Formats: sequence, structure tokens, C-alpha cells
Amino acid sequence: MDLTLQRIGHRYGGMPVLQDISLRIPAGEILCVIGPSGCGKSTLLRLIGGLERPDEGEVLQLGDAPEGCLNPLTYVFQDFALLPWRTVEGNISLVLEDHGIRGKAARAVIADVLARTKLSDFRAALPRQLSGGMKQRVAIARALAVNPAVMLLDEPLSALDAQTRELLMEDLVALWERQRFTGVYVTHNLTEAVRLGHRIAVLSRRPGRLREVIAVNRPIADRRAGDSDLDALQARLWDLMKQEALAADQELLDA
Amino acid sequence: MPERARPVPFRGGGFAPVAKRGTGIAVFALLLALIEWGTRAGWISNLTLPVPSDVAATLAGMARSGALWTHLAPSLVRLAVGSLIGVSAGIAVGVMIGLFSYVRAGLVPLVAAIFPIPKIALLPLFVIWFGIDEASKYALIALGTFTPTVVATYGAVDNVDRSLVRMGQSFGLKWSSIVRKIVLPGALPGILSGLRVSLAIGIILLVAAEMLGAEHGIGAYILQAGSLYDLERLFAGVVILSVLGVLTSWVIGRAERRLLRWRG
Ligand SMILES: Nc1ncnc2c1ncn2[C@@H]1O[C@H](COP(=O)(O)OP(=O)(O)OP(=O)(O)O)[C@@H](O)[C@H]1O
Ligand SMILES: [Mg+2]
Repeated sequence: MDLTLQRIGHRYGGMPVLQDISLRIPAGEILCVIGPSGCGKSTLLRLIGGLERPDEGEVLQLGDAPEGCLNPLTYVFQDFALLPWRTVEGNISLVLEDHGIRGKAARAVIADVLARTKLSDFRAALPRQLSGGMKQRVAIARALAVNPAVMLLDEPLSALDAQTRELLMEDLVALWERQRFTGVYVTHNLTEAVRLGHRIAVLSRRPGRLREVIAVNRPIADRRAGDSDLDALQARLWDLMKQEALAADQELLDA
Repeated sequence: MPERARPVPFRGGGFAPVAKRGTGIAVFALLLALIEWGTRAGWISNLTLPVPSDVAATLAGMARSGALWTHLAPSLVRLAVGSLIGVSAGIAVGVMIGLFSYVRAGLVPLVAAIFPIPKIALLPLFVIWFGIDEASKYALIALGTFTPTVVATYGAVDNVDRSLVRMGQSFGLKWSSIVRKIVLPGALPGILSGLRVSLAIGIILLVAAEMLGAEHGIGAYILQAGSLYDLERLFAGVVILSVLGVLTSWVIGRAERRLLRWRG
């Protein structure tokens, strides 16, 4: 299932947040979206997943979601969004219950996704007992449980410390290698973008427009921290972002 | 010249009340001992306060003669029935206000108008509407517990983390599932703490209702004792009410600890 954004524009209370964004997101590919703070990245993700309606343009879905897919467009949120009153297992079964998957079938799915996210020992733990990295792994497990065609990730690692982030990045790569999901990955972090993205979309400061889409040719599994061509790419992205970020900062001061 | 070394002054701590076992009981005991001493020694006149041990004796006598139960049983039934009606209606209306804009626009001003009316003032009206029997007492207690429950409930629903609701929608959960599995559990802490206030108001109204046309009941008993200026019996009744208040608060505390274990 491919996604196509056609000339998306959006405004909040008269203030344009996104302008004229056209993008194609082919199946099995991760698209990273970077841009200065407040340029409308989260908004774009909400529009793609149908949590909000764009004021202009439309988001099109080409083809049907594959068989067995319970929730084609599935989010992983920056703040994890786990129900604090449900255990790890309960948080995952939450998204299965409405599809009539209960009892034995649910336990099988839950055991599978917990094994894939290395959480099998924490089945019965409550969110408050988990570290930030584990909470985000639970949220990823929950997303995997519905077999998404497209994963929409809004800064999934930015609430975590650098070491945990590195580990989870490797986990994400492994998960993608296993089941090549389509991903839209919003981040502030250029390292994440060059490690996880097949293509990287750079947005300008608000109102966010598409400045450039850069393809990263090296296979995701072969990328390592410290690769020289990745570092060069990261430097180039930073150059693109720098003026925008500086200007965005200035605008906030003037406002 | 070496600087003098001294520890950094401690400025943290406080603002985190913890349960100190027995403190409450100690305060009670101290107060009672003081009054006992005062009334016996005479620096508290026996027109002001009764001797605590006499009140205890009166209570013991009531328990022996069975009068305690004849007064307590009808009161408990009234409180239970009245507050059950008021609280469940209050939670239902509060959740509706929290969920539907039209219900909110229509009912919030109405609730705000009813809330400050002293329900006791309406008692004669209730007697005309519902008769002098139990029904008017249930209605009074129900109305009294209804309004605070509504206000607490819709506040609690408003405070449910919207990002969790958004999460539910993003996973395609049904509306009813979102309400049952996300909104209601999220509102439960607020609803339970509202319940404390509602039930205390229920006890106040119980006594008021029983002071008007009830043969038995704690309120009737207190009224009787008061009109005879029988301080021991009056205070015996008051003690029963206080115990009732402490008990309901304890029960809610237990419920909170069981239902909100996830808060840690
Ligand atoms: N629901 C809303 N109502 C009004 N304004 C909003 C709303 N959501 C976002 N905005 C505004 O739209 C702009 C873009 O917000 P958005 O959250 O999409 O940016 P972002 O790129 O994700 O920022 P960040 O990098 O800080 O996460 C911001 O100026 C924000 O204040
Ligand atoms: Mg954002």
C-alpha cells in the first residue's frame, strides 16, 4: 500500500502551518521528515494518519492494505501514550479487543510482539514500573500487534537518553529487516534520519514547505555510527536546516 | 587562605504528606482526656460540654438496650439508598456533560444553579412532593449528593489525558471502547475524590431530613435529646455521626487503594 500526499496545506486559526506538500511514500520504505521546531511535522503526521483533515489537498492511499492488517495507519507517539492502569499485556490487548481477537489468539499475538521487542519478561508490569526505553518498546510492540501497513512515528526516541536511543534504533532496524513496513519517521535528530531513512524530507521553517527530498542509497542494515558518507550527509542536512532553524528562532523572538 | 568548609544547607523536603500511623487517634485521645479533666475538675461547666465518659456510658447503654440499632438501621438505609441514587445519577450526568457539548451547554448552568441551594430549605417542598415517608428523605439525600458528584465527574472527565484518547482513535477503537477503557478509568481518581465530599454532604442531609418527621434515626435521636437538653445523649448521637463519617471516608480510601493501584 503506497501513500501519496497531494499539495497538502493546513492552517491553524488563520496561521498557515503547512504549504503545498506533495510526497509519495512507497510501500516498504521509511521516509524521514526533518525540519525546525514548529514547522508542522507533527501536524503533517496527523494529516497522513487521518487524525486531522487537511485544509487543502488530500492524502491518498493507493491499493489495499495487505491481508491480516488490523489498523493500516498506526502511530507510535513521542510520549508513548500507554494506559497507566493497564499492564504491558493489557495495553497491547487493548488494540486487539475491538477486532474480536481475545483469549488464546490474543495471547499468541501478544507473546509474538513482546518477543520481537524483547519484552517477554515484562508482560505483567505496569507502565510506571518501566523505564522510558521500555515504555517506547511497549508502544512499538502495540503498533506491531495490529500488523500495520504504515507506521507513523512522531519523534519516537526523543524522550529517551542517548544510549537507549542508540539501542532502540538498532531494534527498529532489526524489526524493519524482519518485516519491511512502510514508515514515516518524524525526528529532530539528524543521526536518526540518516540511519533509518530511505529518503529524508527536509521541511522549511513555518509555514512548512518541502525544501528537499534526499535519498540515502546505502541499505539500512549496513549503516553504522561513524560512517563517513553518512556523516557527510548529516553535515549537508545540518547546513540545510541551520539557516531555517536560526530564522525560526529569530521569528519566535519577534513574535 | 583555605576557605572554611561547611555543609550545604538543606532546603528540600516537605509538601509530601505521608500517613503517620496513630497520629489521628492520639489527637482524639488528647482532646478527650483534656475535656474529661476539665469537666470533672469543673473549669468546663457541665452546661457547655458533657463528661466524655458519661457519653461513652450512654452509648454503651444504647448498644445494650438495642436503641442504637433501632436508630442506626433506618439511618443507614436512608443514607445508602439516597446516596446510591444521587451518586449514580451524578456520575451518569457528569460523564455525559464531559462527553457531549450540547449536554454540557445545557446542563452546566443548571447544575451551577442547583448546587448552592441549601437543600435543607427545600425539605418542606420535598415533603409535599414525595410525602412525609421515606421517599422525601431519599430524594433530599439524592439531590444533595447529585450536584457535587456531577461537578467532580465532569471535571475528572475533562482532565483525562487527551493524548490517550487520540491514541485510542488512531488504533481505530470504537467510540464506546474509548469511553469504557480510556475515559472512565482515567476519570476514576477524580470521581472517587468527589465521592468523599458527596457522601459527607449526604450525612449532613440525612440528619436534617430525620429532624423533620422521623420516628427513628440518628437525626431524630439528636433532635429529641437536644430539645430535652440532654447533653450526654446529644453527644452520643454526634459521636455516631462522626464515626459514620470516618467509616465512609475509610471505605472510599480502601476503594481508592484497590482501584487505583496502578498509580503506585
Ligand atoms: N491543535 C493546534 N491548534 C493550534 N495551533 C497548533 C495546533 N497544533 C499545532 N499548532 C501550531 O502549529 C505549528 C506546527 O506545530 P507542529 O506540532 O506540527 O510542529 P512540529 O514541527 O511538530 O514541532 P516540534 O518540532 O516542536 O514537534 C506550531 O506553531 C503550533 O503552535
Ligand atoms: Mg512535533
